[in-house]
Amino acid sequence: MNIHEFQAKELLRGYGLPLAPGGLARSAEEAEGIARELRGTPCVIKAQILAGGRGKAGGVKTARSVAEAKDLAASLLGRTLVTAQTGPAGKTVKALYVEAAVERARELYLAVLVDRSAGRVAFLGAAEGGEEIEEVAAQDPGKLHQLAVDPKAGLDASAAHAFAARLGLEGEAAAEAAKIMDGLYRAFTELDASLIEINPLVLTADGALCALDVKMSFDDNALFRHPRIADLRDRDEDDPSEVEAARYEINYVRLDGDIGCMVNGAGLALATIDLLKEHGGRPADFMDLRPVVTRQQVATGFQMILRNPKVKAILVNMYGGGILRCDTIAEGIAAAVKESGLKVPLVVRAAGTNMEIARKILTGQAIPVAFADDMAGAAAQVVAASKGQAGRGGA
Amino acid sequence: MAILANKDTKVICQGMTGAQASFHCEQAIAYGTQIVAGVTPGKGGIKHLSLPVYDTVARAAKETGADASLVFVPPRAAADAMIEAIDAEIPLVVCVTERVPVLDMVRVKRRLQDSDTRLIGPNSQGIITPEQCKIGIMPGHIHFPGKIGIASRSASLTYEAVGQCGRARLGQSSVVGIGGDPVYGLGFVECLELFLRDPETEGILLIGEIGGTAEEEAAAFIAAEKPKKPIAAYVAGLRAETGRRMGHAGTVNVFGKGAGAAKIEALKAAGVQVAPNAAEIGSTMRAALRG
Repeated sequence: MNIHEFQAKELLRGYGLPLAPGGLARSAEEAEGIARELRGTPCVIKAQILAGGRGKAGGVKTARSVAEAKDLAASLLGRTLVTAQTGPAGKTVKALYVEAAVERARELYLAVLVDRSAGRVAFLGAAEGGEEIEEVAAQDPGKLHQLAVDPKAGLDASAAHAFAARLGLEGEAAAEAAKIMDGLYRAFTELDASLIEINPLVLTADGALCALDVKMSFDDNALFRHPRIADLRDRDEDDPSEVEAARYEINYVRLDGDIGCMVNGAGLALATIDLLKEHGGRPADFMDLRPVVTRQQVATGFQMILRNPKVKAILVNMYGGGILRCDTIAEGIAAAVKESGLKVPLVVRAAGTNMEIARKILTGQAIPVAFADDMAGAAAQVVAASKGQAGRGGA
Repeated sequence: MAILANKDTKVICQGMTGAQASFHCEQAIAYGTQIVAGVTPGKGGIKHLSLPVYDTVARAAKETGADASLVFVPPRAAADAMIEAIDAEIPLVVCVTERVPVLDMVRVKRRLQDSDTRLIGPNSQGIITPEQCKIGIMPGHIHFPGKIGIASRSASLTYEAVGQCGRARLGQSSVVGIGGDPVYGLGFVECLELFLRDPETEGILLIGEIGGTAEEEAAAFIAAEKPKKPIAAYVAGLRAETGRRMGHAGTVNVFGKGAGAAKIEALKAAGVQVAPNAAEIGSTMRAALRG
């Protein structure tokens, strides 16, 4: 789960992260009020969307006066920002963070995440931060420093100091950086974060550190022990169909193609999408049925595919396992078709546990299904079907 | 032979009295697995599936001489269950639980470092040595004994791969699900080491996916060791990337670009035969065996 910059800043202020004064505005008038409280200092107005790359997309503006703050806020609110991280649809700006501008002598990069290969929480840092961090890292990986933390011992103060030195900080600033790292480590581990990214961490002209932008994500699997964090979820930013699917034990991601996909297992679903694209097809979704899914839940998932107006053909690729068997999936599909009908070609590939029963269920209900024996055949058939309908529609 | 589990392996199940666990223990017993006891705190002394139930892993291990534990415990208690098994010095722990918090696994991983226990999972279908021992939730009937060792990050793709190997008349020595979580126990490299040492395993199949660095680490190991046994691989998700993400850290490489193309490149450079798509896993394994 991702939270907004203003939420992350509020949380991390409690862990000693140095921040510029600022506040949240949901209207131009509120932005004007905050700018006035900041007493005429230039202020930065930042669109609150759950994606990075805002600066380059025009989502961050500097106001020199209270009046300008109001005007800029009015122009930003309601705008759709398309950044390198939003996907093509972009995100609508519904709130702004208004913050005192900070004079930057240097920009650094500092992040905390889980180093998967070490199985440890780790810091990632660079002496040169800012929007170009990805390019810097790609061109010269040596500029990125890392420090994995032994969970038994915790973050060692001297290790944190040494890390700060590698980011080019010395004296007071290095001590301040070590303190920041200590707070971030505590926040990360106490709150079950999956990412805290400060970019940039700014060294000001008078030698102080200030976190200009903060991104924070949490481990969804640990939200059960953090109800207050779970409450921070911005439901407006969630894709409603993905939220609906999650309630039915289905992992769902809407894509922009025309072949509806239903697969059991994330790995098999990824592999199915790969194969469809290799055959020149365009998947309309990634749908992974979790093993615990019920017949009714499968039916609901299939209805979601049927409701997608872009879908011109549907592929179900099921490999019956030890928990979720093919007959359960077939019963769900049959129930959905009985209720809503089926107007597009359906290709089913059933293998593994109870594959024969699944075929009988679908043919027994007189559902028009083209069965495929293997993945390659299934992909070829459904891609042909999706193009066939497209041809007729265009004629 | 096979790796990690065979007909002599004695298995306890933590959380055996639960409905799902009961079902899968019955399946495992029917498959011929020696399930010898269950562990459910507070239920010690009862019988379940005609087997004794103990309050603690230590007690169960002492009474039964178990050398493996199947952890079938809900996410919020799974880490403590794994740690209990590690503390009881159970040599092999298999955790099938999905959705275990990552930082809990960081804690478990740290405990593993100071122990001789091997952990498979979490979020794994488990391990099977066909016709000998099944510790997990995989369907037994699709496997048959043979000379291919399989290690996989995805349960559903493992079944697909096992099915394709079967059609290519390639049986399996052992099949290990290393699990789909960010932090986990046994990885590709340890599986490779075990399969390379196992005289019955003549070829190895790795099933990976985008994200993380497991495939790159396997490739580095293979490049360094130059093993004589043929190795084939498939990496899922090559064309599935959607571009939606948060922050820079995921793409800032140090912790793995995680991109499918880089993984395939690394594996190929190490001499691994990589299946071009999921439909050609069996045929790629067969081609690798021919050399």
